[in-house]
Amino acid sequence: MDIDVKMTVNGKAVSGKVEARTLLVQFIREHLRLTGTHVGCDTTQCGCCVVHVDGVAMKSCTMLAVQADGKAITTIEGLAAADGTLHPMQQAFRDHHGLQCGFCTPGMVMMGVDIANRLPGADEKTVRHQLEGNICRCTGYQGIVEAIMDASAVMNAARS
Amino acid sequence: MGEFGIGQPVRRKEDVRLLTGGGEFTDDINLEAQVYAAFVRSPHANAKITAIDTLAARSMDGVIAVYTGQDLVDAGMGVMINDASYTNRSGKPMNKPSRRIMPVDQTRFVGECLAMVIADTPAQARDAAEAVEIDYDVLPAIASTAHGLDKDAPHVWPEFGENLVVHWEYGDQADVEAKLAASHTRVRVDLVNNRLIVSPMEPRSAAAEYDAATGSLTVYTPSQGGRRLQMTLARALLKMAPEKVRIISRDTGGGFGIRSKMYPETAMVAFAARALARPVKWRGDRSETFVSDYHGRDQINIAEMGLDANGRASVLKVETLLNVGAYLSENGVRLPMEGGGRIIPCVYDIPNFYFSVKPMFTNTICTDTYRGAGRPEANYIMERLMDAGAKALGLSREEIRRRNFITQEQMPYKTHLGFTIDSGDFDGTMQMALDAAKWDSFEARRAESAARGKLRGIGLSTFIEGAGSRPVEGMRMRFEEDGHVTLFAGTYSHGQGHATVYAQLVNEFLGVDFDKVKLIDGDTATSPETSNGTFGSRSSMVGGMGVKRASEAIIAKGRKIAAHLLQTDAERVVFEGGVFRAQSSSVTLAEVAAASRDAKKIPEGMALGLDESVVFENDVENFPNGAHVCELEIDPETGMLEILNYVAVDDCGVVLNPFIVHGQVYGGVLQGVGQALTENVVYDADGQLLSASYMDYGMPRAAHMPMIEALFNVVPAKTNELGVKGAGEAGACGAPPAILSAVGDALSRLGVSHIDMPLTPERVWRAIQEASIVKAA
Repeated sequence: MDIDVKMTVNGKAVSGKVEARTLLVQFIREHLRLTGTHVGCDTTQCGCCVVHVDGVAMKSCTMLAVQADGKAITTIEGLAAADGTLHPMQQAFRDHHGLQCGFCTPGMVMMGVDIANRLPGADEKTVRHQLEGNICRCTGYQGIVEAIMDASAVMNAARS
Repeated sequence: MGEFGIGQPVRRKEDVRLLTGGGEFTDDINLEAQVYAAFVRSPHANAKITAIDTLAARSMDGVIAVYTGQDLVDAGMGVMINDASYTNRSGKPMNKPSRRIMPVDQTRFVGECLAMVIADTPAQARDAAEAVEIDYDVLPAIASTAHGLDKDAPHVWPEFGENLVVHWEYGDQADVEAKLAASHTRVRVDLVNNRLIVSPMEPRSAAAEYDAATGSLTVYTPSQGGRRLQMTLARALLKMAPEKVRIISRDTGGGFGIRSKMYPETAMVAFAARALARPVKWRGDRSETFVSDYHGRDQINIAEMGLDANGRASVLKVETLLNVGAYLSENGVRLPMEGGGRIIPCVYDIPNFYFSVKPMFTNTICTDTYRGAGRPEANYIMERLMDAGAKALGLSREEIRRRNFITQEQMPYKTHLGFTIDSGDFDGTMQMALDAAKWDSFEARRAESAARGKLRGIGLSTFIEGAGSRPVEGMRMRFEEDGHVTLFAGTYSHGQGHATVYAQLVNEFLGVDFDKVKLIDGDTATSPETSNGTFGSRSSMVGGMGVKRASEAIIAKGRKIAAHLLQTDAERVVFEGGVFRAQSSSVTLAEVAAASRDAKKIPEGMALGLDESVVFENDVENFPNGAHVCELEIDPETGMLEILNYVAVDDCGVVLNPFIVHGQVYGGVLQGVGQALTENVVYDADGQLLSASYMDYGMPRAAHMPMIEALFNVVPAKTNELGVKGAGEAGACGAPPAILSAVGDALSRLGVSHIDMPLTPERVWRAIQEASIVKAA
């Protein structure tokens, strides 16, 4: 039996009919055709599917679409400004070579924003441990960690 | 050299698209009216298939078709190709089974595809796959490399009467053994080079559509370049004309060696799209990729080295067992000989060498190329031997290496297996690493750790690579009317940043704005006819030289046109910075490109256009090398290990973009760290894969590393005009032995003499406990 869901995705109201078993990531990718959010595993280990649900990082493969009913979702497509200006986290990933193949990248960036929001000024060790749930096979994480620390400082300065 | 030329740390062109969700990975591609594939996989490592009943599955909601191995045979599907050819010294050729896309009467590893279901939705396809009933007569299986050649081991291919693929040998065994026996000091290492799951982050997937009107098939799939996949799929499997098969990889989420191969699932998705004349799509689960992607490494090496009293090694014997899995993959069986064999005995000059390789079949998925592909294994053997030699003779680890390095005076240096190392400063590179890592002041840091109850160790590795294999590759350059330049490459960037680096080269050679150069790759419809793809750290040389050759041809043509426009002789025209000059007059490349389209503006008899298509061909590979130093601390109470400092010095020749090459180093090192510390494939005795998800298989995380200090010792390659040496795989060669050297250093005072990868806390803790029991006794 299909169930109606309504939510806000990247600032736009969206709705759809989903099966009860539909995961949030399937709703985002297959119903909304927002394919920036990726599926990299079946066990909620890799973090390629991280989005923000009401401003908090969430693995969208771990949540049913119906559980997101009424919530505000931000995906990688909704992070840059309307005029195309990159979010400081996206810019920092570019400046620090925080991506190679780009597959884990959307999840990493969304997680990075969450880390910067929750733990402003986090040191390197903290950032590395906070990335426990995100796997990258290309970069050795070096550029990712540098980018999160750098963008965190930029975001912090913008807040104060 | 401008802001965007060779050697500049230019930021990547690729990034904005990938950072904003604009990537186009295979699962992001949706074809009109597509249907979905799901596979039935073998739950047994070795079993006769006695019956397959698809009736229930066929009658389920949404199911369009179900195919078994017999259906593919009946449809005329070909078999997977393997052109390896090795011979035993007795003259007996290697054992060579053929691999069907799906077997008909016997399955030989867990995860092997036995049936394919096509349905309207992915969920319907999966549900129906579960309803396919297969009867098995389960047979004993063998998965272990250590026991695969035992007399009582079950035979994967009973018709061969053995699991041995071939016994390949190099050198004179009796002579080498006599010289070992006569050596002043003889050291031996017994090593396990652990099997790894390559695990690019994008799961394997495929989507295909068939145009019945034209008889043409388009297949979207992650790859490392489509030309070879196109040839295999068209000629060997589907029996179609290659020009009717198009392979497209828009974005590919990592490759590391295993994506340059054709897989059964890809071929079946293509087959179904053709058979049904409907687009078919499949995205593998992570667990499917764990059981059916080719694995890496999986060798056992027993190696002995004989040294004189001064620590000079003159004799080496290496015996390698290699687990190739249930079939012969494209390259798996070659790796010790044609991968590691290019370089072994690596950076050392050891005149007497006997090398024995015994590849074996087991009931596991095949092994094949994984970052380094035989070279990490070869370097690991040599580095463990050097550390053992240093210990036996009471020499420092750096000194024994220094005494055995191939020197610059000996180059070009011919390796045992016939390759020629053109350049390298092994001693200088090692010294840079030792200095950067503050090697000489280490003992103070060890004492500081000891005061806190921790065991600190420092380790060293030196290594060499053979990069740029199959050095033949096409490149096409086209001038657009709006002033842009488009490159069409058969190399394929799946994370390496080719769009950026090739644009730097066009900027360097032709003075075209970096922003005006566009790369099109990953499409067999536009890539050069002659193409092998991207693997083996080859694209800097073969792709880079392709850009150079095309640029040279364009300049030569451009000078003629410029001379015509400037009313002078071509010999008087000089090209520099994008401008053709003859004395005081000049014309830009863009103007020449525009003029080249107008028959009235070019010399008589000259063809229209400046576009160029070239094939770069080289006789030889290149030999990147380096030295790593790792410093770490072990908690003896828990066996937990923390890397505190890591220095990587690379000689990858001329560095085209240090920003990107550093990224290659960091990534390669972490994969090496994964092999050394956390990653291990475990099959149980029945051939069940126990490490079949990210919950069971230890992928390295961000917290496993500190920041790596990456440095270059630039010794330009003499064998290509760019002076480049491939940078992609070095990190994975250097890291495992550096880490093992450091752990050996930390634990040797406790009496721990041997430990194998991966160095999990449990393994380290056990080694410490066993050593202390031995000491107490």
